[in-house]
Amino acid sequence: MGQYGIGQPIRRKEDARLLTGNGRYTDDVNLDGQVYVYFLRSPYAHAKINAIDTTDALAAPGVIAIYTSADIIADGVKPIPCEANAKSLKGVPLFKPPRHALAFERVRYAGEPVAMIIAESVNAGKDASELIQIDYEELPAIADTSRLADADAPLVWDTLGSNVGLHWETQESAVSEAIFKSAHKTVELKLLNNRLVGNPMEPRCAVSEHDPKTGRTTLYAPSQGGRRVINAIAKEILNVPPQSLRMISLDTGGGFGIRSKTYPELVLMVWAARKQTRPLKWRADRGETFVSDVHGRDQSTKASAAFDKDGKLLAVRNETIVNVGAYLSENGAILAMMGGGKIMGTAYDVPVLYFSVKSCFSNTVPTDTYRGAGRPEVNFIMERLMELGAQAFGISSIEMRKRNFIREFPYKTQMGCLIDSGDFPGTLDMTLDKGDYAGFEKRKAESKARGKLRGIGIGYYVEGAGGRPVEEMRVRFEKDGKVKIFAGTFSHGQGHDTVYSQLLNEYLGVDASKVELIQGDSDTSPKGAVGTFGSRSSMMGGVAIKRASEAIVEKGKKIAGHLMQTEPSKVTFKEGVFHGGTSSVTLEVVARAAQDPSKLPEGMEGPLDESYYYERQGESQNFPNGCHLIEAEVDPDTGTVEIVKFTAIDDCGTVLNPLIVDGQVLGGIAQGIGQALVENTIFDNETGQLLTASFMDYGMPRASDFPMIGIHFNSVPSPTNDLGVKGAGEAGACGAPPALVHAALDALKEYGIRHIDMPLTPEKVWRAIQAAKSGKAA
Amino acid sequence: MYNFEYRRAQSVAEAAKLIKEADDGKILAGGMTLIPTLKQRLAQPSDLIDIGKIAELKGISVSGKTLTIKAMTRHFDVHSSPEVKKAIPALAVLAGGIGDPSVRHRGTIGGSTANADPAADYPAGIVGLGATIETNKRKIAADDFFTGLFETALEPGELIIAVHFPIPDKAGYLKFAHLASGYATCGVMVSKTGNQVRVGVTGAGPNAFRVPEMEAALAKTFTPDAIANIKYPADELLSDMHASAEYRAHLVTVIAKRAVAAALA
Ligand SMILES: Cc1cc2nc3c(=O)[nH]c(=O)nc-3n(C[C@H](O)[C@H](O)[C@H](O)COP(=O)(O)OP(=O)(O)OC[C@H]3O[C@@H](n4cnc5c(N)ncnc54)[C@H](O)[C@@H]3O)c2cc1C
Repeated sequence: MGQYGIGQPIRRKEDARLLTGNGRYTDDVNLDGQVYVYFLRSPYAHAKINAIDTTDALAAPGVIAIYTSADIIADGVKPIPCEANAKSLKGVPLFKPPRHALAFERVRYAGEPVAMIIAESVNAGKDASELIQIDYEELPAIADTSRLADADAPLVWDTLGSNVGLHWETQESAVSEAIFKSAHKTVELKLLNNRLVGNPMEPRCAVSEHDPKTGRTTLYAPSQGGRRVINAIAKEILNVPPQSLRMISLDTGGGFGIRSKTYPELVLMVWAARKQTRPLKWRADRGETFVSDVHGRDQSTKASAAFDKDGKLLAVRNETIVNVGAYLSENGAILAMMGGGKIMGTAYDVPVLYFSVKSCFSNTVPTDTYRGAGRPEVNFIMERLMELGAQAFGISSIEMRKRNFIREFPYKTQMGCLIDSGDFPGTLDMTLDKGDYAGFEKRKAESKARGKLRGIGIGYYVEGAGGRPVEEMRVRFEKDGKVKIFAGTFSHGQGHDTVYSQLLNEYLGVDASKVELIQGDSDTSPKGAVGTFGSRSSMMGGVAIKRASEAIVEKGKKIAGHLMQTEPSKVTFKEGVFHGGTSSVTLEVVARAAQDPSKLPEGMEGPLDESYYYERQGESQNFPNGCHLIEAEVDPDTGTVEIVKFTAIDDCGTVLNPLIVDGQVLGGIAQGIGQALVENTIFDNETGQLLTASFMDYGMPRASDFPMIGIHFNSVPSPTNDLGVKGAGEAGACGAPPALVHAALDALKEYGIRHIDMPLTPEKVWRAIQAAKSGKAA
Repeated sequence: MYNFEYRRAQSVAEAAKLIKEADDGKILAGGMTLIPTLKQRLAQPSDLIDIGKIAELKGISVSGKTLTIKAMTRHFDVHSSPEVKKAIPALAVLAGGIGDPSVRHRGTIGGSTANADPAADYPAGIVGLGATIETNKRKIAADDFFTGLFETALEPGELIIAVHFPIPDKAGYLKFAHLASGYATCGVMVSKTGNQVRVGVTGAGPNAFRVPEMEAALAKTFTPDAIANIKYPADELLSDMHASAEYRAHLVTVIAKRAVAAALA
């Protein structure tokens, strides 16, 4: 590895620009003559729309147009499709209700867009929205996840007859029931994976413009790679040729999975731009962002594990209700099992698995992928079962895990994942070592002297990374000496600019400063562009860059051979230089020659410009894994949980840039701790209103909530891709929550508290202590 | 935001006049509470009367046993003032714990006091230190000032000019901050002057209040243990999604004990 090659801790190229305020976000786009969009949203979680009267609003000053569902339906705009598919054991498919971009006949969650107002200013639009008269007839609403499948639950979709849109199972329940009956010991637990609001720093925003001359419409909006979004809008919703739409995502202030969706507002911005003569601009405020971005998690689970006499797992049962919200967003209904949840069983050898998921509708904001997307949930479940197992057998958490770890690879899980590699016991041992597990008792005594209860907790996780199995990247040498990467992936904070430059440095010897990343424009991104989510950019985009580089070298050898008058098959390439016999020529010279037809071999065309469409083979996700060890202090008087020590060992395969992976791990940890400690999404169970729709009410983790975090790697390169990389983006969100909960429960050991649902807010912890003291332990 | 007339007053008298003339005028101080309210269209005043440039409303001074903080003084200035740190260090601590740096550089003691947010910090300081609120019309004792949820003894159009704090022998402030907002789920200012003790609580009830039973116990023995068994009745406290009344009642004792410890430290 060279100075700028693979594995080097290169500082991020993009930081100087982003940190000095020179980023360019969608809200920085202002087009001549633009007018403003305001979405009127439903104040009710569930209501029938008897009538909408826009007469007064249309007459208000500055109003240009007002659209409701009647307008879009009359114009042939199709509902937003959900491409997820799944069936019950009996073959009953997922119920897919129509989702119109504007509420049709009913509103089903508070915040659902009902009318689109276009006006000369945002304020004029808001004023007009207050004049729209809507005759709502309020209906009973339901938000509480654990009650969604109940027989007496209010119905979100009448025609479905219940709220269960899909009941998916791995197999008949009876198989595992028999094992549980004869098992040596069993443990069972009900738990919640609490709903989270993603909250990227950048609020929702979009700008759109139609050019009647070319017949093309351009949409500017943050995304995680817009091609899929704009293609869906063209082909499946507006029924226009894909090339008539263009989507541009500039700098994007956080994605986390939630910015990859075909949102109603985006559909409407494209459609309305084609009706209007002036460009449109919409920017949501934070409160609107809270109810217009999809939410994450929200699962209610009953899980159990059966063990033989040696504490070895015989079977696991996991019955989960997923709250998908009022409509199906892209993957909300399947992420619990076929998405990230597919890693169920995680690090452990589970011989028999019964996994049941009921994807249920509710009168809430739709849920979908959010950092981890099903993986944090099942990792939390498995880790809780391991911990309860350890307690049942009276053995340590470490011993319990070691008895059950997967040790031989590849390992085929009950869910069909082929876990390629890992060193689970070694990673656990390394964590205990780096985290000074041996010194814990001493630190605990020291905390005790200060009136604090100290506990230690492990969270071992396995993730499945990769998402869709294709990605395309293009590398092109320019006349001015720059090397452009046209990416199918999309960096929205991950530092691709830097890492991809390192790859070109490694494989082509190109100076990092010459590399320019071009991304986020559907006109220039490669045809096979997919995007960035599921911790996939290095393993998909990175491999595609490597292979495109190889193609560059192959072509380069022919040109170099021609220039050096050597047989191309005798030309070799090393660190940016082609060698043939005693001569050599740099790639730079070859690239320049490739721009000049007179210097090229017969029949060859320049420039050096290669695209690689990478298709992953077979069952070839990869499986980042690791161990997080947290020490937490609980203040028994207030119930406050404070993290005092945090050690994270991750195996994300080959580390391309340790600084960037550290950042990914830290970000994931912050979000994981957010889920475990502070992020509390509260709906009013009677009215279905989201009560925590502002930062005054919804807690976000702050830097001051964390001690210094010790991050280390136990890298086992993945054998399933050229780079040996595994995903790194979602690790922290998987490992941190169980580690934190276990640390807190360990601190409370003297009270015998078995479980507390996340987030572990002070009052919840205090109540658990009170209940334990009065003999009513949870 | 709805449209309004913006007016900048140069003196207290002019501000009083402007507010009297307006249909539904509002004083604008630091704007940290008022502006978000306007942005969310939760209020529609006809006029905003900006008192930010009135020189006579700014400053901190000590005279005898009284610390005076003028209404337009920012939280940051109170927090970093050598006079405050010397006279009533607990008040500097209180001001330094409000919101974040940008809030502290804008928000004012007058705005916070007039707004009477049940979870704001200053009300605990005002009640717990026995301050006097000076307005353009009269002087109001702390005990008479906070009358309910976002309610005060101020009459329409009445302007806070300054808050006068008697300087105690000892005082301690501690807040148990809400995880999201940083406001007080429970905040307690305890002060001792001679054998007079005051315990002012914010965050727990609809408005800041005193706890006479704790004051009596602390007057006898000024130690955390002296109040360890004094429980405040939960039925008088707020209960919402952030904290139940029962939990708040428990916190009153815990945080009061810690405030006493802070006063002794
Ligand atoms: C993010 C954030 C976090 C915060 N955290 C905290 C916290 O932890 N603790 C806390 O205590 N507060 C907190 N605050 C509130 C902050 O302290 C505000 O400064 C305060 O509530 C209002 O003061 P202001 O000067 O901004 O008043 P403004 O917002 O300008 O006015 C508030 C109200 O008081 C009236 N008013 C203002 N001045 C006078 C006067 N002199 N006479 C009569 N009426 C007047 C106004 O008409 C208005 O009704 C926070 C605010 C924000 C935005």
